[in-house]
Amino acid sequence: MYETNYHRASSVADAAATFAKGAESKFLAGGQTLLPVMKQRLAAPSDVIDLSKVQEMIGIEVSGDTVTIKAATPHYDVAQSDAVKKAIPALANLASGIGDPAVRYRGTIGGSLANNDPAADYPAAVLALGAVVKTNKRSIAAEDFFKGLFSTALEDGEIITAVSFPVPAKAGYAKFPNPASRFALTGVFVAKTKSGDVRVAATGASQSGVMRVAPIEQALKANWAASALDSVTIPASGLLADIHGSADYRANLVKVMGQRAVTAAG
Amino acid sequence: MGVEGIGARVVRKEDRRFITGQGRYVDDVKMVGMSYAHFIRSPHAHAKVKGIDSTEAMKMPGVIAVLTGQQIVDDKVGNLICGWAITSKDGSPMKMGAWPAMAPETVRFVGQAVAVVIAETKNQAKDAAEAVVVDYEELPAAADIKAAIKPGAPQLHPEAPGNIVYDWHLGDEAAVKDAFSKAANVVTLDLTNNRLVPNAMEPRAAVAHYDQAEEHYTLYTTSQNPHVARLVLSAFYNIAPEHKLRVIAPDVGGGFGSKIYIYPEEMVALWASKKVGRPVKWTGDRSEAFLTDAHGRDHVSKAEMALDKDNKILGLRVKTHANFGAYMSLFSSAVPTYLYATLLSGQYVIPAIYAEVIGVYTNTTPVDAYRGAGRPEASYLIERMMETAARQLKVDPAELRKANFITAFPYQTPVIMAYDIGDFHASIDAAMKAIDYAGFPARKAKAKADGKLRGIGLSCYIEACGIAPSKAVGSLGAGVGLWESAEIRVNPVGTIEVLTGSHSHGQGHETTFCQIIAERLGVPISQVSIVHGDTDKVQFGMGTYGSRSLAVGGTAIVKAMEKVEAKAKKIAAHALEASESDIVIENGEFKVTGTDKSIALPMVALAAYTAHNLPDGMEPGLKETAFYDPTNFTFPAGAYICELEVDPGTGKTSFVNFVAADDFGRLINPMIVEGQVHGGLAQGIGQALLEGAVYDNTGQLVTASFMDYTMPRADDLPSFQLSHTTTLCPGNPLGVKGCGEAGAIGASAAVINAITDAIGNNKLEMPATPDRVWHAIHG
Repeated sequence: MYETNYHRASSVADAAATFAKGAESKFLAGGQTLLPVMKQRLAAPSDVIDLSKVQEMIGIEVSGDTVTIKAATPHYDVAQSDAVKKAIPALANLASGIGDPAVRYRGTIGGSLANNDPAADYPAAVLALGAVVKTNKRSIAAEDFFKGLFSTALEDGEIITAVSFPVPAKAGYAKFPNPASRFALTGVFVAKTKSGDVRVAATGASQSGVMRVAPIEQALKANWAASALDSVTIPASGLLADIHGSADYRANLVKVMGQRAVTAAG
Repeated sequence: MGVEGIGARVVRKEDRRFITGQGRYVDDVKMVGMSYAHFIRSPHAHAKVKGIDSTEAMKMPGVIAVLTGQQIVDDKVGNLICGWAITSKDGSPMKMGAWPAMAPETVRFVGQAVAVVIAETKNQAKDAAEAVVVDYEELPAAADIKAAIKPGAPQLHPEAPGNIVYDWHLGDEAAVKDAFSKAANVVTLDLTNNRLVPNAMEPRAAVAHYDQAEEHYTLYTTSQNPHVARLVLSAFYNIAPEHKLRVIAPDVGGGFGSKIYIYPEEMVALWASKKVGRPVKWTGDRSEAFLTDAHGRDHVSKAEMALDKDNKILGLRVKTHANFGAYMSLFSSAVPTYLYATLLSGQYVIPAIYAEVIGVYTNTTPVDAYRGAGRPEASYLIERMMETAARQLKVDPAELRKANFITAFPYQTPVIMAYDIGDFHASIDAAMKAIDYAGFPARKAKAKADGKLRGIGLSCYIEACGIAPSKAVGSLGAGVGLWESAEIRVNPVGTIEVLTGSHSHGQGHETTFCQIIAERLGVPISQVSIVHGDTDKVQFGMGTYGSRSLAVGGTAIVKAMEKVEAKAKKIAAHALEASESDIVIENGEFKVTGTDKSIALPMVALAAYTAHNLPDGMEPGLKETAFYDPTNFTFPAGAYICELEVDPGTGKTSFVNFVAADDFGRLINPMIVEGQVHGGLAQGIGQALLEGAVYDNTGQLVTASFMDYTMPRADDLPSFQLSHTTTLCPGNPLGVKGCGEAGAIGASAAVINAITDAIGNNKLEMPATPDRVWHAIHG
């Protein structure tokens, strides 16, 4: 690891101010990506601003039809939250399957979304549920937030403070883990909104990062059942291919995980 | 004898320090004035080194030296050696390219070191390494066997035209041809035995110190065989004569073969310690382990089997290309030859066998012995052939095996090995009973109703452990003898130190070997210490690999104990005024049989060292040494059966059951044996389902971290159901055979046979990833 200046932020405002002072600052949330990369000398931030102890960024609130998860809340807390389990059980389930226990104690929803790893779990939930990403500067709709692999709408120095999820009528998540990394080789989140709309997002599959899956959405709008996807074909073009999964295999997984997500949603 | 003797499930003595974090590994060694080494490694698979500029690096804080490959050549440090000479079909010796510890002119695999930075801290060494400018001229690379042997392929070494190290054969080609001409059925199969990365938990490390006053070197290193390391460093690398070099392998966190070899980094650390006049520490990180620890397996084979109308095997023909990587590692040449082709008879009567093995250089990490070393490749081939034959002939795979089992021992195979003893029917029967083989069709039908594809696969392996005898392996080209040594020191107070030339890096020697002493003397194992891993303490020994430590090293302990006991009985008889032949040893006492007269071991030991009242002419002391050279290999064998389900939607495999019935001869500590089998099975299943080193066509290792190289985890594996059948090895007094590699040798074929049974498609390579299985199902 290269030498760096570590700062523990006391508030969102303090974090933003400290960030601005550094020549090449980086925010540190759970550190599940940034720290390994720094240890391998693949990143050399001048200043690391730790957000994990900022109290105003930790916690879960449910009000009416909205679940708000503050950005520095670790996955474990989301997985264990009775409020989340009650309102959006699929979201708690998703959080319970991220990485391993050590990752879940440290990793945060804000860190996951800001990093936007194409195989991360949370982006699928945010996009399928039509969540709103709140920052210290603005609110960003899920549609506008994800901009491709490891790329988001966040500006330099902008901090995710919370994510607000509308409570759906039904939702489910199913993922097929990469055998080595256990990230999602493909994960599919299906949601039926209270207004009857159907939104489906897949992670791990596309060369452009998390994506909506129109053929599945259309089939499920007509018939909310796993069997409704039997005749759906997902095109392999534009999908990722690597030693763990070819594009046609991933295309198959989008469909199969979509079916299993619907079954999980009930 | 007693609760801690042979057969007792004694908790491992060494675990207290391991579990409480008090193990002492090489990286725990700290010396006054210690400096740190960081290697500069080639990012290219094949390139000329045009120049190395360390001007800027030398100006950086804490930098002591930047040393290059040219300097190590100038200092006449020897090239790395391969210790087993193989002769090609045409009588020519194998063709070896030179392997300097750091490359002065040409790099031939990604990760090969070209220079080393020595600095005050590890971080300073890393910082400076980034400032060293290496001018490479890239060359085209041959990243796999196919690319290396095609016409016009990039040439790695001028010594090896066509990148061929050797073209070797074994067996009777004419007899095999004759067998095929008489065959009622012929079965053929193309197979790949996938390349594996050993991934011992502790990466390799070295701490080297040169004592100017004594002109003496000390090397702490992660070795499975410190004496062999010292011999090679002295005799071939010219680091120092043996009496001026001490090699210590303290606690070592796993080896699996990868720590047999003497690698460039350890050599460079020693050489550099004199050069800079400071102790030098190098601790490899995981990335370096992926790139530079010798890989395992990597065969491409074509197999053909001839059977008569009664389904008896008539002959077997095998042609294998073995990938050696860019250089010939220490024992690499023997692995696909004398440790592979000699086991191709499996558990079966095969009257004629002919095997050809072509060793190939590629621009990849060197390949050498890895848990099983040649025997997993042989076992996988023959056991997939048996399953393929059974399906083609439409007979039950268990019945086909049984009809061809060797049943009379000793049995001379057509490929050198003479199996001393075994009972293959006993192990397959035990395994079939354990898994309820007869009930499988009903279970398969039920699974089908649930939408799952269920399969069952057998693997009846035999292996050869305790490679020996020295005279025989010498005649086949080995550069070393494969005996083992032991020294027993009974101290004046009756405690016992056992010095063994074998080395424990997870095997539990500190417990198992004590149990042998406890059995013989009836003393608690707390009174016995096992000493190993230090060339200054222990007499020359050959180390630990090939499941040899108990069968060879344990027997040396028994032989030394026999000498100790003979002398102690004389002393006891003298003290008790009895006849030596009337003395028996019980519960730590020497007794006059049929009387109540006895003398305890500590009193005998004290008498030996005070020498006040010894029999006339007897030397004082109670310490004996034995060197034991076996008369044959040992032949562990067994039957593994795997039952699993495949999810047709994803191609994912889930285990239903995995049963193992092994014959290891006598078990000293069944708990330790079970642990060894569990670990071996995990690696065998890992090879079948998960692990595989992948290079791209430019020679970059794609699977260079755990993000892409799938190490088996607990939830990837079933709960194993183990059992043992026993035929005692007639070749050693303990009747033991060795258990360290069996799981890794037998498991992979059972898994693949089960998956191909489940999906009804025999075309499936390892690792059988969900992607591959799904494609095999759906085309």
